[in-house]
Amino acid sequence: MADDKPKRVTDIGPPHYEKFLPPVIKDNYGKWKYHEILKPGVMVHYGHSGDKLFTVRAASPRLMSIDKMRDFADLADKYCDGYLRFTSRNNVEFLLTDESKIDPLIEDLKALNHPVGGLGNSISNIVHTQGWVHCHSAATDASGIVKAVMDEMYEYFSEMKLPAKIRIALACCLNMCGAVHCSDIAILGIHRRPPRIDHNTLERLCEIPLVTSSCPTAAIRPTTTPEGKKSVEVIEEQCMFCANCYTVCPSMPLNDPLNDGVSIWVGGKVSNARTAPMFSKLAIPFIPNNPPRWPEVTDAIKNIVEVWAANARKYERIGEWINRITYPKFFEMTGIEFQKEHIDDFKFAGLTYHRTAQLVR
Amino acid sequence: MANLPNTPKLDELTKGPWPSFVSEIKRAAERSDMCKDLLGLLERSYNEKIGHWKHGGIVGVMGYGGGVIGRYTDLPEEFPNISHFHTLRINQPAGWFYTSEALRTLADIWEKHGSGLTNMHGSTGDIIFLGTRTEELEPTFADLTAAGFDLGGSGSDMRTPSACCGKARCEWACYDTMKACYDTTMRYQDELHRPMFPYKWKFKFAGCPNDCVASIARADISVIGTWRDDIKIDQAEVKNYADAGLDIFDDVVLNCPGKCMKWDGNTLEIDNDYCRHCMHCINVMPKALAPGDKRGATVLIGAKAPIIEGALLSSVVIPFIDIDEEYEEFCDIIERMQDIWSEEGKNRERVGEFIQRVGMGNFFEAAEIDLIPEMVTHPRENPYIFFEDYYEEGDEEEEEE
Repeated sequence: MADDKPKRVTDIGPPHYEKFLPPVIKDNYGKWKYHEILKPGVMVHYGHSGDKLFTVRAASPRLMSIDKMRDFADLADKYCDGYLRFTSRNNVEFLLTDESKIDPLIEDLKALNHPVGGLGNSISNIVHTQGWVHCHSAATDASGIVKAVMDEMYEYFSEMKLPAKIRIALACCLNMCGAVHCSDIAILGIHRRPPRIDHNTLERLCEIPLVTSSCPTAAIRPTTTPEGKKSVEVIEEQCMFCANCYTVCPSMPLNDPLNDGVSIWVGGKVSNARTAPMFSKLAIPFIPNNPPRWPEVTDAIKNIVEVWAANARKYERIGEWINRITYPKFFEMTGIEFQKEHIDDFKFAGLTYHRTAQLVR
Repeated sequence: MANLPNTPKLDELTKGPWPSFVSEIKRAAERSDMCKDLLGLLERSYNEKIGHWKHGGIVGVMGYGGGVIGRYTDLPEEFPNISHFHTLRINQPAGWFYTSEALRTLADIWEKHGSGLTNMHGSTGDIIFLGTRTEELEPTFADLTAAGFDLGGSGSDMRTPSACCGKARCEWACYDTMKACYDTTMRYQDELHRPMFPYKWKFKFAGCPNDCVASIARADISVIGTWRDDIKIDQAEVKNYADAGLDIFDDVVLNCPGKCMKWDGNTLEIDNDYCRHCMHCINVMPKALAPGDKRGATVLIGAKAPIIEGALLSSVVIPFIDIDEEYEEFCDIIERMQDIWSEEGKNRERVGEFIQRVGMGNFFEAAEIDLIPEMVTHPRENPYIFFEDYYEEGDEEEEEE
């Protein structure tokens, strides 16, 4: 039987990156000497060859239309022979060799409402998840809070007036597609109501042994309903709302408008500079969802950033600052109330108890 | 002009200096009925404070088990154009470099087959095409592969590896991150497209200990560039930084975690035997200091977010490997560890959790990896030691015979 259809192509992998590198990068690949930040959002890399590569970094909302993609392509053609890249924090970077084109590019970016900044001691773009735009397990929206927070913190993106950098991240549930758990400030959507079990669909949609074993606190056990349906029951006082059961079983949703909201975490970092990488720690256990601008969340973040900025030493990230001043001082200085929820009661909780008489007054 | 739904709450988010995702959705809605319905649905979520998406659904392209996330609204009667709104993950070029031509190609494909909304990029690094119907998946895939792009990972497969820009634009890159990322992606195409593991399996390649891709927090295999010889110093440039107002003692010396630096006002001295390769001094004085010439990487294993047993950071497997030269050896070690986890790991158990369960000593021993003090912050504090052998009376005599 003749097969005249074109062969289906699979497993080709991504295009090779060399196709997308500008000549100045190919010429200086692995041969860069040093760099300087010239002004907010603009840096230059010097090659051992004497070549210079200018980078202009601009904000992006991550959620982009193809029209914006084409706008960026047009700017890349106009100013940098068509070469650009995106960063690990969803900024867009234009790669120039002609210094005189930097300011006109910045003007064009401003006209498109894309501020330039995010380098050096600033707040870079917030990495975040999908939220209500596209996710089934979201306890809050992602893009909306990010927009509201960055509108409020805009000056710290477009200027470099902080003691050190701040990395903010948002995840709309504990699955943490954004892996926010090592951020200077993490915004984390949380549920507070145990799963509502749909006994009518559970047996059909879910594997009961998988559901019971999915629970980190063993709060789920198999049961048979009075109507004779095979299902599960949840020991509610053992539920800490991780939603892992919902991930494996659609009949156990935790989403609930009355009880879903946002928690704020502080002091994480991934860089090895000075101190080892650290997890973020709980600052505020719960703030209700208040769309479209979540003012309680933006106020809380602004407060933490500004208290830190006023008191930290040069280069001291939020977690390093708190470790120096200690957590009691952090709560005192920020005015955040310390609550029972701040005390860990999961695995290895004892390691977080204050096991020394060293205390500040 | 498209007739867009009334969205007073979302409209609030078109104001302010930060670029607006709502404006992006509205722009795409000029041509896409999917985006019109998405605006209506999202406004409803903003009013009701709850999402309106159903739980997953298995869709994909033929022969692949990953790369597409099924998504359906729970209000299909009201918003029929997003009754299907699936996501495609498309493997990004290493380092996220593009040409304008490549971006336009992607935009054209997505205009033809989907909503016109994207994420540049998703958390793992993929290009995200947000929102299309099941019947468009194969045609989108055909156009993507014709343009030289392929899908990324999802589910219990190897996820799309990512890398910082490395040697392309950073003087601190201690190995070729983009090459390692590309080579790893190509070597494991089968693992990437066809779920075969207990759970997800992520690689991230960072060129130096600043770890711009957060590998230590979220990759099962974190490869972080480092060096083994002395930090390179240009004393004249150090002096220039000092003359320009940098307080070398307060800002550099006091921040050194190994306390291995001295500054007498003229010369910066580093006792490199105690340098911890943290990058702080180099970050502060990039013109004066640089990583040495004997460059390579530290390989760590096991990072993950909280689900299920709690968050973990990666921990050291190989303190130093010249990964550019010894890539095959790197892969061999990774595959030995991967095989054990793949065989013995429980369903939805990340390798970091698996190691916690079976014990790191047992895990590395099974993978034939030498146990070294670099693997722990400190030796154990408890005396509950699982000694593996003991003597019976008479054993000593037997040994002497």
